[in-house]
Amino acid sequence: MKSPQIIMETGAHAAALAVKSARVDVVPGYPITPQTSIMEAIAAMVENGEMNARFIPVEGEHSAMAAAVAASAAGARVFTATSANGLLYMHEVLHMASGGRLPVVMCNVNRGIFAPWTLWADHQDSFAQRDTGWIQYHCSSNQEVFNTILQAFRVAEQINVPVMVNFDGFAISHCLMPLAIPPQEDIDRFLPLHEPEWRLDPTHPSSFSNVTNAAEYAPFRRMLSDDILASIALTKKAAQEYQEITGMWDGDTIDTYRLEDAEVVAFAINSMAAELKLSVDILREQGIKAGLLRPRLYLPFPAEDIISVLPQNAQVMVLDRNYNFGHQGGILASELKSALHGRRNDITVKNRVMGIGGIDLTRRFMAAEIRAMMDE
Amino acid sequence: MTTSIKKLPDIEQVLSGNGACGGCPATMALRIVGKALGPNAIMLLTPACSVASMGMTPKLGYNWPCINICFATAGSSASGITHAIEIMKEKGRLQGDLPTVFSWAGDGGTYDIGFQALSAAAERNDNFIHFCYNNEAYSNTGVQRSGATPRGSYTTTTPTGKRHPKKNMALLMLEHNIPYVATATVAYPGDLYDKVVKAKNTPGMKYIEILSPCYLGWQFDMPETVQMSRMAVKSGAWLLWEAENGKITFNNPSSQIISGKKEPAPVDEYLMKQGRFSRLLKGPDAESRIAEIQGDINREIAFMRERAKITY
Repeated sequence: MKSPQIIMETGAHAAALAVKSARVDVVPGYPITPQTSIMEAIAAMVENGEMNARFIPVEGEHSAMAAAVAASAAGARVFTATSANGLLYMHEVLHMASGGRLPVVMCNVNRGIFAPWTLWADHQDSFAQRDTGWIQYHCSSNQEVFNTILQAFRVAEQINVPVMVNFDGFAISHCLMPLAIPPQEDIDRFLPLHEPEWRLDPTHPSSFSNVTNAAEYAPFRRMLSDDILASIALTKKAAQEYQEITGMWDGDTIDTYRLEDAEVVAFAINSMAAELKLSVDILREQGIKAGLLRPRLYLPFPAEDIISVLPQNAQVMVLDRNYNFGHQGGILASELKSALHGRRNDITVKNRVMGIGGIDLTRRFMAAEIRAMMDE
Repeated sequence: MTTSIKKLPDIEQVLSGNGACGGCPATMALRIVGKALGPNAIMLLTPACSVASMGMTPKLGYNWPCINICFATAGSSASGITHAIEIMKEKGRLQGDLPTVFSWAGDGGTYDIGFQALSAAAERNDNFIHFCYNNEAYSNTGVQRSGATPRGSYTTTTPTGKRHPKKNMALLMLEHNIPYVATATVAYPGDLYDKVVKAKNTPGMKYIEILSPCYLGWQFDMPETVQMSRMAVKSGAWLLWEAENGKITFNNPSSQIISGKKEPAPVDEYLMKQGRFSRLLKGPDAESRIAEIQGDINREIAFMRERAKITY
């Protein structure tokens, strides 16, 4: 058995290398900070022959997603990437990808939304696409970005639902970390060639996304909803099989740290959750039984898995890097409360919004915030 | 020589029993297009009349694989499909001749909301044919103005007649340096057929615009579609031309108007036949507004005559 190749790479390049390893056929792309480096890396690999694919330099994100959706309907394995306003500009076509049951995989490099301008990370962009029918993963390291893209294709193609792989701008996209690249034959074993059940094929003329009656439309929507829920089990299976083949593990629907005996549980996603492991250590040194629960899968929300691992009578401190406009606090807290309602009345949920527009979230700052929340 | 209507192939890609209006020019045109393209093609449709008339799920009135796409995306979606099938063929996952990829959009999906993506696809010279069936309004939503609506025309959003001239979309596409651009209309089916065959056999981006007089939007009698189409050409309101690798050639009878051998028929006759101009024709300033429309036509004839002299 060959051992993985270890290199130093940014999160953006880790994503591009995963796309190459997945033997993607078509990549429509449009630049936007901080996603741009993914597209640049893919364009370069296609140009120099390292990657056997078509790169389509489209004129905007709406077109990027449209080209992705159409290429997928033609039977190709397709990837694209975006950030913030680019993701918002795609919104209409995101619905076509999910409603059309097309297994496109996209990276969204999280960035705060205009207006006013910010270049830096928060999670308003991906959460604003919650109701588009996309599965959403959120990653906390460069390695996890690489691993998750491969797992995303696997899950997407099993149930014909598109998947968004999210990670923070700059903290992940532009920071170098060690990256292990498994041998290509292992990746091919985990992710075989895409063989869609159906594609646009002149030998079988049929209509796609045509006009429906309500009696036909409603079952389409119900099946989509059911299959999105089915991705919880498939996410676990993909993570396990990926671990069996490559030896690497980032969690499945959730990732936990020092959780078993925790009385205070930090609850957050993306790069801040990696930093929170250090905050947990600080709190433990101070005699507080702290732990971490990070949803890796945000949509569908892994309610059962969260309910089953939360220790008895825990205080859950939800650190939201977004606003739930019209409510107090953030969106993650709202999701968690809804999951726990009537199921775990022993749990207390507390919530703070922080890190908006890239404000630095250090381990000491977040440890202090959690201590303060304990007294609330 | 233009192919005679009697010599068109028997093959029918538009199947009987679709939901189009009687006398629908877009459906007539699509039938001719089907004869030229044959069955080995993939069709993209933006929301428009041809989607409304293709039949409801799971039935289909067109004998191709058909994908309905977001309104603004004819150019980008067709690019996605053409790149997908080309790379899958290169990788050995598709066998046989590559299908022709074609987008079939109205003037809204071409001139207006679809313009950006189409312009970008043309600039990349991606390998597909874009057809615009131009009925000079948003007919499917009940006749609202578009960028293709001519000056003076009534629509539900220009109740006193449109104040601005239409744009020359085919010429704009030509200025993207794509290998083939053509205009056509249903009164000249052989001309349309020949142009589609040329487009099919030309690699890169092709643009064919088909003037499609819509009885509902233009307000004439349903059986007069072909006659209206012919009158549009004879009055010079619609010019038949094609450009292969940038060189413009005018087709009969527009070539005779351009060369000056024949005077265009006065526009009044063409306008009178159409209810959409009736308010304007009855108004106190009818004369000056007809003169404006005639002026638009004369300007286009003069401009295209000179533009055709530029070759590179």
